[in-house]
Formats: sequence, structure tokens, C-alpha cells
Amino acid sequence: MAYPANYKYTREHEWIEVSGKIGTVGITDYAQNSLGDIVFVDAPKVGDKVEKGAVFGSVESVKAVSDLYSPVSGTVTEVNESLKDSPEKINTDAHAAWIIKVELSDPAEVDSLLDAAAYEKFIAEETGK
Amino acid sequence: MRYLPKSDAERAAMLRDIGAASIDELFSVIPNEYRLTRDLNVPRQMGESEIIDHFKAAAQKNANGYTSFLGAGAYRHYRPVIIDSLVQRGEFLTSYTPYQAEITQGTLQAIFEFQTMICELTGKDIANASMYDGSTGAAEAVMMAVRITGRDGVLVARTAHPEYREVMHTYAQHQGHDAREIDYGSDGRIDLAALDAAVTNQTACVLVQSPNFFGIVEDIPAIAEIAHKKGALLIVSIAEAVSLGIVRPPVEADIVSMEAQSFGVALSYGGPYCGVLAAKEKYLRQMPGRLVGETRDTEGRRGFVLTLSTREQHIRREKATSNICTNQALVALMATIFMTVYGKQGIRELALQNLAKAKYAADTLGKQGKLLFASTPRFHEFVLQTDETPDQLNVRLLEKKIIGGLSLKKWYPELGNATLWCATELTTKEQINTAASVLANAPVTAAAR
Repeated sequence: MAYPANYKYTREHEWIEVSGKIGTVGITDYAQNSLGDIVFVDAPKVGDKVEKGAVFGSVESVKAVSDLYSPVSGTVTEVNESLKDSPEKINTDAHAAWIIKVELSDPAEVDSLLDAAAYEKFIAEETGK
Repeated sequence: MRYLPKSDAERAAMLRDIGAASIDELFSVIPNEYRLTRDLNVPRQMGESEIIDHFKAAAQKNANGYTSFLGAGAYRHYRPVIIDSLVQRGEFLTSYTPYQAEITQGTLQAIFEFQTMICELTGKDIANASMYDGSTGAAEAVMMAVRITGRDGVLVARTAHPEYREVMHTYAQHQGHDAREIDYGSDGRIDLAALDAAVTNQTACVLVQSPNFFGIVEDIPAIAEIAHKKGALLIVSIAEAVSLGIVRPPVEADIVSMEAQSFGVALSYGGPYCGVLAAKEKYLRQMPGRLVGETRDTEGRRGFVLTLSTREQHIRREKATSNICTNQALVALMATIFMTVYGKQGIRELALQNLAKAKYAADTLGKQGKLLFASTPRFHEFVLQTDETPDQLNVRLLEKKIIGGLSLKKWYPELGNATLWCATELTTKEQINTAASVLANAPVTAAAR
């Protein structure tokens, strides 16, 4: 699957799409593929603070529970409620099935994230290990 | 697998295989100062006949032929003989954690039935496959509430079992909880006004026990309202499972933790017992411990598996929901068999018998002292205040082969010479009358004080 060029990525396999002050966050196709069938998403509440690099929730697959690390700092403005009943949407289309939207407190943080080419190179190295 | 010690030949074969000349060489990486160079100081082995004599002598120390009025979290109930004959079957007795569903359907089905019956009894949606005991179950329930609410305030009724509270505080001191106790009122129940004043929007949970340590039934709907209006969860701890045969289940509770020793588990000097944790379904993913679920295999046949274990310690390591990594499967099986043998109607009748015996005991013994909290509804325990100290009283009772009530001085000194008494279906009218006659004959010197 292609990694959208307008997204930024973390080494913990989250993506973020920034539009103005709002960042939309999900996990990458590589992450969903490693996790297997996702059965539950534990997301924060609207109004919760998230911090760059800190855990903001978890995804549970039939194999494991993995923490979600926030790509940016800010305040949660929206949570994808449809994942409550259909967490498998992440498996179907990870780059469309967003988890939270965040109002960025420091938009400059985005610059330190990986672009699509760097992320693809990173996961190629991960896979090669 | 055979549980036999290794022979010298087997040791030699193993050493040969790994290429070590001796066991000492194998352990040579351990510095000398940390190695034991002498034999362990343990007694020599015993012959079979000696072992039997040894245990017979130890069994003589049991209070055989004594009447006991002790309760306080460890209850004397009849244990149907089918319990021990079934749990001693090798398939149950020697089985390990049923990780491998293909070969452990019997164990998994028994645990599933335990969970189902516990849900029906407690009025909750989900139950796990047991905790260590009532005290650790209560502590896990508190940690669960803290995780769910993201708050750290914990309010515990002082009428909850003192040892449960102690275990909770031990857990809490390393979890950063702000745990506080709420005193009781003149009726022997949690002081609702004090509770109302103490609950804030930082309170994760309110924990009460019902029937409480004094045997009194707490007003669960009123407590639930106080907790819930500030968004705190209500945990109801139950130390006497038999009470559920007659006491209304705590349907308002978010989490129920219970000691199920009364369901066919021997008193055994305080353990092993059987802790229970049950909750509303929405808290499923915050529940620690094992859960067994029903499913279908590839051929559509009904089967059982451990489920939701991705949050458990063997997978999630230090990020696990809880550090509990063992349950009490065999003891939970005793409770399962007990619940099956008695059934819904049987547990109700059992509870009614306990209630009737305790009422007779409270009325009879109450004439020889002061029955505290007399007008509040209770189950099968009651608090008696006497002129004599509990020690003086119990020394006189022991002469008549009676183990009297538990002294409350250690935990509730404000109640003076108070003892906690329990009567169950095994307590007879004669035993109660004998105890009352001992109380009636208090020495004049003690009574005059």
C-alpha cells in the first residue's frame, strides 16, 4: 500500500495529516499488518491533552495490545467513534481510518517527523532486520 | 509428566550432554561467596509410616470437638463430600493453566461455568476466573476503578474487613492512590453524610462491604447514588458469599469483589481461598486476570478458550493490566461444584437457615450483654458488648469447649469489650444455649466493673 505523501510518520508507526491547526492521527498500514486483526481501539476523550512521543491510547489485536504514541502535542478535538463498533476498519484501510484529531499546540513539532519516503525506507530496514 | 526426582544416571547423562564435568563446574560462573558449600539444614527424610504419624499428631492440634462462633471473613459451612471426590481427579488436580485449549476443554468449561454462576449471583455482566481471595480481589477492584476513571481518590468504608483494608492500603501505597477511610454511624453502617462530604470529582471509587464486618447489610442504593453523582465508581466487597442467597445482589455496583470461601472451601487455617471479581461489561478490558469465553471450533462445535489475554502479564509484560498472574482454578472449581450442588433454591434455603440461627444466637446471647447496632438489618454475624473483656470471656468459654466471638479491640477500640459472633447452619441451638449460660455466669468481679 502506498504511503500518502501529504502525511507525516513516526518511528512508532503512526501517521498524521495536518490541515491548518488540526492534525488527524492514525496508524500505518505497516502497523496494522504487523498487528493482525484489530478488535479494540482504546482512544482518549475529546478535551484530553496529548504529548509528542507519549502514549495516548492502545490498539488491541488478537495477538497483542500495542500502545499508541502521539506524533504531536495538543488537545484532542475529535475521536473516531465508528472504530468502537468497527475497529477492523483500520485493517481495511489504515490510512483512512483515523483515530483522533488533535489541535496542535506547537505546529513546528511536525517538522521533526518522517516524510513518506523516509518512513518507507525506515520500515524497509525494520523488515530487513 | 512424571513428578519423580532425577537419578544419578540421569544427572550424569544431562551433564554429558551439556559438556560439564560436574554440577559444581556447571555453576562455576556463580562467585564462590554466593555458593552454599554445606548441605541444607533440613530434617532427614521420613518413612511413610512416620509421615502418617507426623500428620496424625499435627491433626491432634485441631480444635476437634469444639464449637466455634468465629466468622469475620472465614466461615464454617457444610462441604458436600462430592466436592473433594471431584477435585481430586487428576484431570483437575494436576492441570496447569489452560493456555492450550485443544487439550483443556474440561478445565475451561468448569471455569466458564464458574464465571456464569458468579454473574448470576452478583447481578453483574462479566466475572473473571477467580482471584487469590477477597482481600486481593478488593485491591484489584480499586486499581481497576483508578484505571477506568483516571482519578486517584479512593474512599473505603471503615466497616469493610480490616484485613482487606490493610491489603488495599499495601497495594495503594505504591500506586500513588489517595486512600481514605469513612467512619460508620450509630447504626453500624457507613456514615452517608460523611461519605457525601468526602466524594469529589477526584474520587475514583467508593468501596463498601455488605454485609459489612459487623454483619450488617449496607444501604447499597443510597451509597451508589452518592458515588455516581460525582462520577465515582461503586465497588461492593462481599466477604460472605452465602449472604447472596437472601441479600439483594448489589446491582448498582460497578465492580463486585467477593470471597467465595463459604462455597465449599475448607477453612484451612486461612487459605487458599477463592477471590471473585465481577463487573459491568463496559469495564471488561480493565478487568485483570483470566477470562474464559465460549466459542465455536472450525467444525462448528461448542468450545471454550482463554480470551482477552492480550492485556495479561505473559503477553504484555510490564504494561499488563495487573501483575496478578495466577488464579485459584482448583479452589474456584470447589465453589463451582458447591453452587451446582446447592442450586439457586438451595443457596436461598442455606442463607435462610444461617439467618435464623444467627437471629436465635443474637437474641439469646444478647440477653447476657448488649447487642450493638441491634435494629439494623444484618445477616449471620452480630456484635456483642460485655462487661468482661473478650479475653476473660473467651477463657471461660474455652473451658466449655466453646470458641467465642472475635475480639474487636484491635480494630474498633471505641466499641469497648466488643466481640463479633457468627452462627451458620452448622451451629446448633444447644451450642448457642451453652454459650449463653457461660456468659450468664460471669464472675461477680467482672460484672461489677
